[in-house]
Amino acid sequence: MTGVLALLVALVGALVVQRSSRFEGGVLGLLAPLAFGATLLALWEILVVGYEVPMVLLPAPTAIANRMAASAHILAQDFAQTFLKAVLAGYIIGCGAGFALALIADRVPFLRQGLLPIGNLVAALPVIGIAPVMVMWFGFDWQSKAAVVVAMTFFPMLVNTVTGLAAAGRIESDLMRSYAATHRQTLFLLRLPAALPFIFTGLKVNAPLALIGAIVAEFFGSPTIGMGFRIATEAARLALDMVWAEIIVAAVAGSAFYGLVVLAERAATFWHPSIRG
Amino acid sequence: MKASAALPVAVVSASLIAFWYVAAIGLNWQVVADMQARAGAAPGFGEMLSLTLSHNRPLLPAPHQILVELWDTTVVLPVTSRRSLVHHAWITLSAALTGFAMGTALGIVLAVAIVHLRALERSLMPWIIASQAVPVLALAPIVIVALGALNLPDLLPKAIISAYLCFFPVTIGMVKGLAAPDRLSLDLLRTYSATRAQVFWALRVPTSLPYLFAGLKVAVAAAVVGAIVAELPTGAQAGLGARLLAGSYFGQTIQIWSALAAAAIVSASLVGLLGVTERVVAQRLGARAG
Repeated sequence: MTGVLALLVALVGALVVQRSSRFEGGVLGLLAPLAFGATLLALWEILVVGYEVPMVLLPAPTAIANRMAASAHILAQDFAQTFLKAVLAGYIIGCGAGFALALIADRVPFLRQGLLPIGNLVAALPVIGIAPVMVMWFGFDWQSKAAVVVAMTFFPMLVNTVTGLAAAGRIESDLMRSYAATHRQTLFLLRLPAALPFIFTGLKVNAPLALIGAIVAEFFGSPTIGMGFRIATEAARLALDMVWAEIIVAAVAGSAFYGLVVLAERAATFWHPSIRG
Repeated sequence: MKASAALPVAVVSASLIAFWYVAAIGLNWQVVADMQARAGAAPGFGEMLSLTLSHNRPLLPAPHQILVELWDTTVVLPVTSRRSLVHHAWITLSAALTGFAMGTALGIVLAVAIVHLRALERSLMPWIIASQAVPVLALAPIVIVALGALNLPDLLPKAIISAYLCFFPVTIGMVKGLAAPDRLSLDLLRTYSATRAQVFWALRVPTSLPYLFAGLKVAVAAAVVGAIVAELPTGAQAGLGARLLAGSYFGQTIQIWSALAAAAIVSASLVGLLGVTERVVAQRLGARAG
């Protein structure tokens, strides 16, 4: 019975996805991915309820939704602790510091040549492992999580900004030179605008990194509040519906954060070919 | 690395290490001073310096202390020892590599499917991107608990988390790469009346390799992170993540830093290895050096 129902839903879903995938752009363009997502959710619910999958393995979407409604205030507190304090503070400091050092490195070519390979190397390292050290230095509260976020976001921002500052075209640079523009004028009028797409790449890469860093840092010790803390303790108690509720909050927060950066990018680099389309 | 960059890199690295030593002295000073005061000793400045750099539970261990610990736990200790970093690094590495293989396979299959089936691109692609907006590492506890309930071997849950992190950069790179051949080459193969499969193997796959390797490098670094983080929430007994966690519980800072260094070495060597593979493959395919 369950199998038949699941098959039916899958077929209808596939048909709708197939039919709606010819719409491009606009609201109708969203139809195909939405249909795909809805099909997945429906299948998930049917299979979990129909085959009585234990909650330890996978709670049904409705169970997660109920849990979210019931524990809304806990979710809100955790969100404030992890996202509004640790992620935002760390993101702003880390990206700001990376950007500032990139500006300095831009004035000192020797520093730039030395920093760039090191920055690229650090990008391949598991920086997140610094979390226990930061917890030891800055205590259990959000400051240590913000410090982890700073460490994770600093180098991507540095490398992207340095690369971006070198991106201005030869002809434009020569033109500025022939106008006898000062370094500052060239920087603000030509090279920073030209670097913006790269800077936004750094900001976009860092947005999910910051959230992950703060959540994972909480696994190493935190006050009895925070998304990472809740995920770890509720998973240990096998209250998987609460864990999934936190994951959904994290996913929505992460996507919204990323979305905001993309919106800012569109507003700031409206002239770039990839956005003008 | 170009020769011209060698000197700046060396100077910047050296100043970072010098800064590290200064920071270690500054951070550990108070701890050592308190300890000496309790013992009733009043060491001179030089003695204090050497004490701050040889404390066995420092706030920040000096680089040489980490190197000594690395040497002791890799070369001196037998691999079978519970404290051997080689043993722990291998446990993490095997999970990371298994996950990397699974993730790469999934990523390539998805990319090939997306390039060939238009319906999939419109419906699947937004979800692939959305899947990465989920802070994946936060899923680790769920996956570990759920798969632990199924009595799967210890390695698999960790590998699955690594795979989840891996597939995305591979898919994105491959989709871009498979679509990269220019009009001219495609038209040429058309005049040869090449089949779709022939176009795929003779043109699309070779063109996609640089994109694939760029994705693979990101993926393998992510796989190591995934395997390490996957060891955290359950309090795993072995692996680099477990060493980090145990070190942070018992305040063994040198152990934390040596585990970090081991993770960095593993990660950097894997990326380096992929770089070498890329060059060899490119040479085999007849790409010109440079």
